[in-house]
Amino acid sequence: MKLKSMIAGAMIAAVAGFSAYADGHEPTKVAFVYVGPKDDGGWSQQHHAMATEMAEHFGDAVEFSYLDAVPEAESERVFTQLALAGNDIIFGTSFGYMDPMLAAAARFPDVKFEHATGYKTSDNMSNYGARFYEGRAIMGHIAGRMTETNKIGYIASFPVPEVLRGMSSAYVHAKKANPDVEMTVVWLNTWFDPPKEADATQAMIDQGIDVVLAHTDSIAPLQTIQASGQRVFGFGQAADMIQFAPAPRLSSIIDNWAPYYIARVQAVKDGTWESAATWHGIEEEMVGIGAFSEALPEDVRAEAQALMESIVSGEYHPFTGPLNKQDGSAWLADGEVANVGDLLGMGFVVEGLDVEIPN
Amino acid sequence: MIRLERRSEPNRLFAGITPVLAVVATMIAGGAMFAALGADPFVTIRTIFWDPLFSEQFASYSRPQLLVKAGPLILIAIGLSLGFRAGVWNIGAEGQYIMGAIAGAAVALAAYPLEAVWIFPAMILAGAIGGWAWAMIPAILRTRFNTNEILVSLLLVYVAEQVLASASTSWLRNPEGAGFPGSRNLAQYPSAANNEIIAGTGMHWGVAAAFIAVIAAYVLLSRHILGFNIRLAGQAPRAARFAGVSPNRLVLICFGASGALAGLAGLYEVAGPARQISIDFNVGYGFTAIIVAFLGRLHPVGILFAGLLMGLTYIGGELAQIMLGLPAAAIQSFQGMLLFFLLAGDVFTNFRVRFGGRVAA
Repeated sequence: MKLKSMIAGAMIAAVAGFSAYADGHEPTKVAFVYVGPKDDGGWSQQHHAMATEMAEHFGDAVEFSYLDAVPEAESERVFTQLALAGNDIIFGTSFGYMDPMLAAAARFPDVKFEHATGYKTSDNMSNYGARFYEGRAIMGHIAGRMTETNKIGYIASFPVPEVLRGMSSAYVHAKKANPDVEMTVVWLNTWFDPPKEADATQAMIDQGIDVVLAHTDSIAPLQTIQASGQRVFGFGQAADMIQFAPAPRLSSIIDNWAPYYIARVQAVKDGTWESAATWHGIEEEMVGIGAFSEALPEDVRAEAQALMESIVSGEYHPFTGPLNKQDGSAWLADGEVANVGDLLGMGFVVEGLDVEIPN
Repeated sequence: MIRLERRSEPNRLFAGITPVLAVVATMIAGGAMFAALGADPFVTIRTIFWDPLFSEQFASYSRPQLLVKAGPLILIAIGLSLGFRAGVWNIGAEGQYIMGAIAGAAVALAAYPLEAVWIFPAMILAGAIGGWAWAMIPAILRTRFNTNEILVSLLLVYVAEQVLASASTSWLRNPEGAGFPGSRNLAQYPSAANNEIIAGTGMHWGVAAAFIAVIAAYVLLSRHILGFNIRLAGQAPRAARFAGVSPNRLVLICFGASGALAGLAGLYEVAGPARQISIDFNVGYGFTAIIVAFLGRLHPVGILFAGLLMGLTYIGGELAQIMLGLPAAAIQSFQGMLLFFLLAGDVFTNFRVRFGGRVAA
């Protein structure tokens, strides 16, 4: 009996769900594929939140669906099935989706594909990414100013350009703020593994590190810091993670994808979508800087604000010479600014940063 | 009071029908779960089991994909089933799968960009050796030092994952990949590509190898003295020892065979559907194959069907996510139910249920 009424209820719900669009217009079908669970607290959750914002913006004019926790090696089939299901535009938000998406895109020339954080494009596949290193510069500065032990830590996922850029930017600006600072890097070889992230954070705290920057996807580092009860700080990563403010979260790098998602879906609706490579920063608001915490002294907050404004205005680039590569060879001459090509394919870190890039 | 009483002989009727009963029970319980999630259970079940095979919209793509998905599962599960029958527990097929892929891809990448007919056979050999060698670590530790092979083989999976990460970020990385992790795309290297034997069927060399493995295992177990020894060691270890079966030799053979087959599965995957060595190359085939082996009652033909069924729930489960917006966790629960009902069915095969009576204190 119970089962029967449950089934009946579900059928009514299903019918109600499919009966929209009485005026006959076709909604644009938009699909998202995430590498992590959609509630990882960081990277994938943020993409999902931004995609949901996009869907709410368009309301009935968009039919939004998503798949989460899709392994990269399985993604080609998922992209293909999504295209067969009639989606007009498909977003994939992991670096490793690049080649699988390229292969799927070649088979469905009428479907638009959008790949996050890669570097390949085709006629119907764009890539988009954010200049997170701009945010890292600000977090690095704050870290340099807030450490009392002169030891800061960086929880790194993989030695990919995105991460090498991030740690280099954080290190350069921590060092500028505090010449005595030392940065310890730990490689986790994963984007999302809360227990591993927590262990790494704890190990850093045990070594006397009192500011931890994370380049992984979960809230575990901030949770671990909070649980330690010591004077240790961290930052929100991907999402604002405001629940850890005012301490240990001092500020955050927020991935603000919604404006881009809205613009791209609108372009599909207007028939103006074109393949493009997009790399936006704080100025275009793709990288958001979370509110500076009250735990920061007045002067540190002012410095961070000034640094952010100089980056936004274009007056200052976080990678401005003189800067050498880790092996001591010259990279940027005095006053020279890093070019986009070097940054996108960055396979090294800056001089002085004591880290072994897994080789 | 309900009591379970061990049967002197497993009930043959139950042994035969439990897989069918398990599938039916899974459909009922899973349907109730889907209904509770707000999806039409009949549409959902049809989407999972019917649409990948017969829907006009999807079948031309998803039917071949079924073989692509089932191929490695069957290949690995056949190897594992030999050991499981003999009471030798290789839980680390996932690691052997990774090492086979790395070894095979390394051969191809070393030969790149040379085009020659020997490259693909050499890769197959390297893949089998890679998996075999990785499986020999727990096997030899077991025979020499009597370590627990379950624990060692499982933990070596995590070691293999680190080797994989290192390979994709440094020594097998694509030198033309702008510093990004991942090897060259083997599918674009004709001598190394594991292409479909007949285009559009999903039938690549790994699927062919899986079918050959099914036949070979069937012959081995039913016609060969080694197969008899394997079965004997599992059912009556003492009797096997009296009959002159060396337990150590069996450990080495079972681990060697399952490791080599897992390594082959990895090689066919990396040169075919996965295209390249990458950090997240492994997606759990080595673990799912354990379920497939038991779902197929450790019988080669059973494993063939179990692998296809498992593949179907993956492909159909994805379709259900896409078309009906069901969460991935619901599909995983659904797959879990299948194993649960099958194992529950085994209770009735091996035990008699008695109602009433008293339990001795």
